[in-house]
Amino acid sequence: MAPKKPRTGTRNPELVRGIGKYSRSQMYHKRGIWAIKAKNGGVFPRDDPKPKPEAPAQKRDVRKPATLRASLTPGTVLILLAGRFKGKRIVFLKQLFSGLLLVTGPFKINGVPLRRVNQSYVIATTTKVDVSAVNVDKFDDKYFSKESQKKKNKGEDEFFIEAEKKKRALPQEKIDDQKNVDSALIKSIESIPDLNTYLGARFFLKAGMKPHELVF
Amino acid sequence: MHAIPFKRYVEIGRIALVNYGKEYGKLVVIVDVIDQNRALVDAPDMVRSQVNFKRLSLTDIKIDIKRVPKKKDLVKAMEAADVKNKWENSSWGRKLIVRKRRAALSDFDRFKLMLAKIKRAAVVRQELSKLKKSA
Repeated sequence: MAPKKPRTGTRNPELVRGIGKYSRSQMYHKRGIWAIKAKNGGVFPRDDPKPKPEAPAQKRDVRKPATLRASLTPGTVLILLAGRFKGKRIVFLKQLFSGLLLVTGPFKINGVPLRRVNQSYVIATTTKVDVSAVNVDKFDDKYFSKESQKKKNKGEDEFFIEAEKKKRALPQEKIDDQKNVDSALIKSIESIPDLNTYLGARFFLKAGMKPHELVF
Repeated sequence: MHAIPFKRYVEIGRIALVNYGKEYGKLVVIVDVIDQNRALVDAPDMVRSQVNFKRLSLTDIKIDIKRVPKKKDLVKAMEAADVKNKWENSSWGRKLIVRKRRAALSDFDRFKLMLAKIKRAAVVRQELSKLKKSA
């Protein structure tokens, strides 16, 4: 036999608008609520909303490093626009977790050390240097953090002498890191003619140069 | 009769440079004149369209076509007249090519150009001083 089609429409024919043929109790019987109840142990089956499976609590403080501009790839020559080294042309090494860019002059060529720089203050040129030989794994944001100064309750004279002493000491480790990074980098820079003079020179605008029309 | 001041005329087959609008910088052929202000203009790589004369700069080049030729015939006529080479060898055409190349220089290219200019100027100055000494 063909399966029974589910009933459509009401079982209570309308006599007049708002008045059905059968009473409430008659409809109760017709709908078979008594049978459904009997099937379900005397109680009409409830439809309780199922509790959602415990999803792992959403982490709201997920930090991602700032999205890099597409023009910034390791080895790109950048032009710094602000700060002590503005106008200098430097080499981009990698992006750190904080979002800042790790760059170097190289130090021998233009005096810019291993440094962090914000990508907003940088123009990315189309010139690229091969940095595959350079190992920058050991550098992260902690490497560049200032050493925390312990609170001192000493007199003024002693304070000034201490401050001077702190300024002078650049740890030998950092000097060696700079040398290691730069030696590999300078080799690939020398392979391109004129690139080392280019990196040693500062960028400047001349009369008639329109930055929005320049191709960098 | 006095000399006619105009050398380049709007005529069917005149090559013009579009100097305004979406087709800026393109070389087009005047294929018909619509009215006092507009021409019907065509090029091998564009759909035939109307253009105001104010948007055109006439060139010296002219090709031999009939009024509103089919695209095939237009392309054939342009090749027969060797428009591309004539244009690229003309001083106007060469200037535009140089301008385009200069605009596409990167910062490093501009730096190398500067070094080359300085070198050349140094050589010229040396020669000049030699000539001055011998004179």
